[in-house]
Amino acid sequence: MSTLSPDLALPDLGLAVAPAAVGGNGEVRDYLALLKPRVMSLVVFTALVGMLVVHPAVNPIIAGSALLMIAVGAGASGCLNMWWDADIDAVMTRTRTRPIPAGRIHPDEALSIGLALSVGSVLALGLIANWLAAALLAGTIAFYVVVYSIGLKRWTDQNIVIGGLAGALPPVVADAAVTGRVGTESLVLCAVIFLWTPPHFWALALVKSSDYARAGIPMMPNVRGPDATRTRILLYTLVLVPFALLPVPLGFGGWLYGGVSLLAGAGMLALAVKVFAVRAGEEAGRVAMQLFGFSILYLFLLFAALLAEHGLGLFRAVPFL
Amino acid sequence: MAEPSGPYLRLSAAEQKRRRSRSIAIALALAFMVLLFYAVTIAKLGPQILNRPL
Repeated sequence: MSTLSPDLALPDLGLAVAPAAVGGNGEVRDYLALLKPRVMSLVVFTALVGMLVVHPAVNPIIAGSALLMIAVGAGASGCLNMWWDADIDAVMTRTRTRPIPAGRIHPDEALSIGLALSVGSVLALGLIANWLAAALLAGTIAFYVVVYSIGLKRWTDQNIVIGGLAGALPPVVADAAVTGRVGTESLVLCAVIFLWTPPHFWALALVKSSDYARAGIPMMPNVRGPDATRTRILLYTLVLVPFALLPVPLGFGGWLYGGVSLLAGAGMLALAVKVFAVRAGEEAGRVAMQLFGFSILYLFLLFAALLAEHGLGLFRAVPFL
Repeated sequence: MAEPSGPYLRLSAAEQKRRRSRSIAIALALAFMVLLFYAVTIAKLGPQILNRPL
């Protein structure tokens, strides 16, 4: 623990600053944790696929740099989210070891880092790629921080439905970065992630509802009850699975994507039905966590299939209708 | 080295080590950004980088 020298009574300020409140004393990994690296990796992955689907022959240096700036922008919004949500992170078991509630990083540091990285990533993306992509990245950061974190999260049970748009936009930003426009392909990928978000998060919320209740977050199971949540999970999955097949008739999903989407979609649907049917006991929680885990695999498989088709040259068009 | 005479915050050995790690991480990030912008400049301009009034 640091100590103040006897001379540092700060007479001109009239107060003594406790060393812990000064900040700037975390480890490098604490600062990296502020950027939510797991979310960043998902953003990079979906953005990469968004790029390759629309422009397989993109310059690797420009593409890689643009991807890096999109990832930094995502990290910046995660950092600002942690700054804003430090109070509720402290009371939730899942989040209380994060650097701010654990006292390893001062909230003001997180705010400064988040703002600096937001501005830096947007400006750099504008210079590296184009200003449409930069504007979309700025909009995504603002949406996640202002609309979702500050606005929706503590206010409505539709928080992750609307807020999910922020997590769905990276393929659109990536598309704009390499083509200078926003095309149908990236919008469809955006919609797939958007529709995937509610069943994914509500499956977790079913299990962690007491955690969310303690933090005062109006998640669907806390507001409408677990049964209404199960119904909504099933309804969203019923829309998501056929919608995720859309790349095939639109011509940018081939045999591989179609097959993966059908099989994984069937698994997703089966688990959503199981969550709908099993409503009591430990089994209900276990099934909900199965759906939560499988939903991550489902989205990964969809995008990995597109990556294989457009990045590895495995695309074989399905002669459709 | 003599101890500074003015008001100062005395860091523990662990805190000094953490500060050094942070400084190295910032230096590496800055160096990476320099290389990144150099590479992007070359990639965007290509041979045109030599086609300028001298």
